This record gives sequence, structure tokens and C-alpha cells, in this order.
Amino acid sequence: MAQTGALGDKLFRSILWIAATSILVLVAAIFYMMLQNSLPTIERFGMGFLFGREWVPAQETFGALPFIYGTVVSSVLALVIAVPISLGIAIFLTEQAPRSIAKPIGFMVELLAAIPSVVYGLWGIFVLAPFIRNYLGPPLQDYLGWLPLFQGRLTGIGMLTGGLILALMITPIITSVVRDVLQAVPTTQREAALALGATKWETTMIVLGNAASGIAGAVVLGLGRAIGETMAVTMVIGNSPQITASLFEPAYTIASVLAANFADATNEIYLSSLIEMGLILFLVTIVINGLAKLMIMSVTRKSNAASHV
Amino acid sequence: MNRKSILKNATTAFLVVFSVIAAACSGQKMGSGSTESSGTNVSMQGSGSTFVKPMMDKWTSEFGKLNPTIRIDYTGTGSGAGIKAIQSQTADFGGTDAAMSDEELKQATAGEIVHIPVVLGAVVLTYNLAELKEPLKLTPEIIADIYLGKIKKWDDERIKKENPTLTLPANDITPVFRADGSGTSDVFTDYLSKTVPEWKEKIGRTKNPQLPQGVGIGGKGNEGVMGQVKNTPNTIGYVELTFAKANNLPTALIKNSSGKFVEPNSDSVTSAAGGMAAKMPEDLRFEITNADGEASYPISGIVYILAYKDQKDAGKGKALADFLWWAIHDGEKFVRDLHYAPIPSGLVTKTEAKINLLSNNGKPVRQ
Repeated sequence: MAQTGALGDKLFRSILWIAATSILVLVAAIFYMMLQNSLPTIERFGMGFLFGREWVPAQETFGALPFIYGTVVSSVLALVIAVPISLGIAIFLTEQAPRSIAKPIGFMVELLAAIPSVVYGLWGIFVLAPFIRNYLGPPLQDYLGWLPLFQGRLTGIGMLTGGLILALMITPIITSVVRDVLQAVPTTQREAALALGATKWETTMIVLGNAASGIAGAVVLGLGRAIGETMAVTMVIGNSPQITASLFEPAYTIASVLAANFADATNEIYLSSLIEMGLILFLVTIVINGLAKLMIMSVTRKSNAASHV
Repeated sequence: MNRKSILKNATTAFLVVFSVIAAACSGQKMGSGSTESSGTNVSMQGSGSTFVKPMMDKWTSEFGKLNPTIRIDYTGTGSGAGIKAIQSQTADFGGTDAAMSDEELKQATAGEIVHIPVVLGAVVLTYNLAELKEPLKLTPEIIADIYLGKIKKWDDERIKKENPTLTLPANDITPVFRADGSGTSDVFTDYLSKTVPEWKEKIGRTKNPQLPQGVGIGGKGNEGVMGQVKNTPNTIGYVELTFAKANNLPTALIKNSSGKFVEPNSDSVTSAAGGMAAKMPEDLRFEITNADGEASYPISGIVYILAYKDQKDAGKGKALADFLWWAIHDGEKFVRDLHYAPIPSGLVTKTEAKINLLSNNGKPVRQ
């Protein structure tokens, strides 16, 4: 190998520094741009923007509440469905499955994560929506119709379909992170538990307990993805800005209103309103990702410490 | 997969996405006015109305066969997006089925914009009711009340009264509207504003209609509305005629200003435009909704190509002018196959004059 000398080292280090700081600059620039462009809306509506329920671009009335509501409810719905399934898959893969099965299943989970969201959206329109309309919805309305959750028109397009599509999309992410977290729990713990006479179930519980904050991190990562998902949701959620308890009624999310209207917002206040919604989404995503990082970091440190003992 | 490899994959994914975006941005710039025109190859980019997308696809491909050195791409992004693209010069030309408002023209700071009408089309009411054997008949009042959420069931007395021979189901109606800024919505709401006072007061004419809370579902683009109607029973939606025909969905007969129920097709749309040619203003920005004439289909619209009068690039300017000239003359033969209507003869000469306005440094490009 040729000698590069001290100068080469210095040069290399500076290049790395530039590469790393460019990310910071990029994020700061995005934030600044969004803040600056949403100033007209912030000045005009103030906090009222966050709590307004009316969205009528033609009359320059902009309220973000239905979109915030739609984003939160669809994401929470997705988590409620996806978390138990993802945990089940991850525990099976790390604790129970023989290698010969764990490998292909793990591979398929990762494959799911690579499908473009527009494909999920199309599948949602052609398969999931008719399924909900014809098979899942009617029994829910028959037996649980007294709950406001299951009242309203059943068209197959609405909050429930959006939530289910999101659940499907975040399952692979949560699964693979949880699996990694579980694998990080030292084998010695499992051996110790088994040696003390614990059953497989009890051992798993101990492992889960030690990995808890990492699992929480995985869930938050999934939530971050669900909140920002655009295309698939736009195609199945019905795009109607309203706040209702019913899961069958159409709703609207921040990401999908941006996708549908960003390209054609011709007047300043309309564009500014959309950008402020983007800003809200951006801030929420940063907070969520930060939380996830902290949680995953804490479990990693613990497992490192444990394996050094 | 351990954490390091996740990190590695995430970084790779980020870099891939980043470079794709970067490539897309630079591609857009190339399309927007800085490409070399010295050679024989001209490449242009237009965007806008999804209403006219099938027509533009046919025209650009046929024109490309005749002129292999010219490549014109048209993206269906919605009329609102088309107007924005020409204002911000991110496209060489825009397509819209709602003429630009005075305010929108003011925001286009790069010069004077010319409206060039190229084709006419019908906004149709299409519906998903498998049990109907004949087309539904609708009046503007019924359409307005469905979209205002006042008529809720298909077997409503008022729908039954206009359709005595049909057996209508007792199901809820789900109206489908456009979620994005749309010229199709503009034509549709313009028509209802002219015919139904309550609509004018509550919704008005707009590219972004906002229905009362809880009424209907929104689709993005003509194809989005079509997808919802096609896959959801008991829906009704408004789209360009071609989209309904291509999906084998029925179209409603609409009661026009003479009290006749008219089927949407090339002839009834041309008839609507025919009577209006004389009333046209100098800049050709006008509507043909609710037109006079017994044979006129009332929800008809004009599609405009938007271009700057001063074409900064002589090669592109000439290609655009040649293309538009060809489209309203030789290209007309493709119009009816796609269920659009050609612009009436009274308008052709006025359109020719508009195309001849396109110039580079004060010199007309088409010579």
C-alpha cells in the first residue's frame, strides 16, 4: 500500500466532516424553508390553524384539525393492528423457529418492506376495499353496530381501509427491528432462565422484559413511517376532511392532502397552508424518530454491558 | 441483519433516493428551457389537465411519428398544477380546462400567456349501478342535491320521477369528487352554479370544491375518481367522457337548458360550442357550460394549451406552434375516436391567430 502521509489523513478527515455536516445543513435548510414559507399562514391564522375544522380553499379558509385527526387516528389504528402481529413474527423468528424456517420467513418480511406504496394502494382499492365492504364490514355493523366506531356508510373506502393498509406497510419495519433487538439480548440470559427451570414462555417473557425499550423504539419507528405515508393512504382513505368516530367513513391525512394538492396550490395562502402542514408533519416526525433512537440506544447499551460481564 | 447493516442499508437507501431526486430535478430543469436547440432534436415538456391526457398522448405520439426529431411529453398533473407549472416555468407549456383567472395571469411574471383552445370535452356523470339497463336521466337540481348530501338514496322520489322506467335500488348514494385542484371540477361547478342557485351560494365555481362535511369520497385525478366509481357499488362521479368509455361505465343523460335530456358525445359537445363561438371574447377565455340549443350537452368544457407569447427558445417555440397547428387541423381526425369533440369551425381561425402570436424576439416562430 502506498504511503498517504499525514496530509492524506487530514484530507480524508475533512471530507468526512463535510459529508456529515451536510446532513445537518440539509435538515436545517429544509426546516428554515418550510418555516419561512408558512409565515403567511402563521401570521394570518395563528394557532387557529391547528384547531380549525373547515378547509375550503376557494374561500381561503384553512383549518388543519381534520387532517391532524386523520393522521393520528389512521396511524394509531395501524399500530394497534401491526404491533401484535410484528411482535409475534419477531418472537417466533428469534425464539422458536428452526433456522430452516426462520430464514425464508425473515427474507419475506424484508421483501414486503420493498414493495412500492403505490402498489399497496392499488391492492387496497382492488382487493382490500371490496373485502371490507363485502365481508369484514357487514358482520361488524351487525354485531357491533351500536358502537359509533362501526356506524356510517360502508363503501370500503375510509379510515379502516387506510389503517389496515398502513398496518401492512409498517409490519415489516417493526418486525425486523424487534428481531434485531431480541437478538441483541445475550444468549446467556436465556440459558440462565432455562437452567433455573423456566418454560419457553417464561424465558421469552424475560427476554422481552429486557428488550422492552428497544421494542418500544421499534414501535415508534413504525409510527413514524405510518404518519408520513402518502400514496397508498391517498388511494384508499377517501380524502374527505371530516372528523367522525366512524371507521368506515372517509377521512384525510396530512401527507395525503399534501400529495393531492401541493402541485396545484396556485395562490400564496393556500400554498403556505400546505407548507405549514408539512412543517407540523416534519416536527412530529423528528420528535418521534428522536424518541425511537433514544429507546433503541438504551437497550443496546444494556446488552453491550451485559455481554461484557 | 444486525444494527450496523441496518444503518448501512438505510444510508444506501437515502443516497439512492437522494440521487433519484437530484436526477429528477436536473431533468426538470432541462425540460424547462435551457436545453440546446441548435441541433435538430427538440424535446419539450408539458403538464396539466388530466381531462385531456388521453388526447395529448395520442397527438404527441402521432406527431412524433411525422416529426421524429421532436419529442413532446405531457404529464397529467391536473389543471391547477398545469397553471402553476406555466407560471413558474417548470414546463414548456401547460394544459388546463379552466381558463386562467385574471389573478392567476398576474402571477405569471415571466410574460404574457396565450390561451390556445385545442379540443372540447364532456364532463359526464358516471355511476356504478349494475342493475340499471338504461342510462340514468339527471337534472342539474338532482346532481346538486346529491353532491350537497340532500338526496341520500338512489330510490329518492325525485330521481324516480325523472326515471319512471328504471328500478332504482334503495341504497345510499356515495358521490365521488376530485380531491386535487381540477379543471374538471371547475367545469362541473361552473355548470351547477349557473343552474342551481343553492349550489352557487354554498359551493360556487371552483377548482377545489368543498362538499358539506361527510358527503362523498375524493379521488386524485380523473383516473382516481374513475377507480373509486368502478370499484365501489352505488357511487356516482364526474369525469371526462373518455375515462368512462374506456372503463365501460354508463353515463347519465343530462337535462339541458332547452329541457331535453342529452347524451354526452362528440356531436352534443360540438353543438354546445357552436352557439357560443360568436360570443367569445378576444382572449378566448370563456365557458360553454349550460349552452343554448336542443342538442347541446350542458356540461361541456374547452381544453386550452397555455404558452408564453414570447418563446425564449426559437426551436422549441416553433415545435410547439407546429404541433398545435397540426393538432387542430390534421390531428383533428383522432379526436372523435377518443370521444372528445373538435373545436367548431368558427373557432379554428381564431385559434390559428393565437398560435401565430407565439414569437421569439418579436419574430413569429411559425414561418
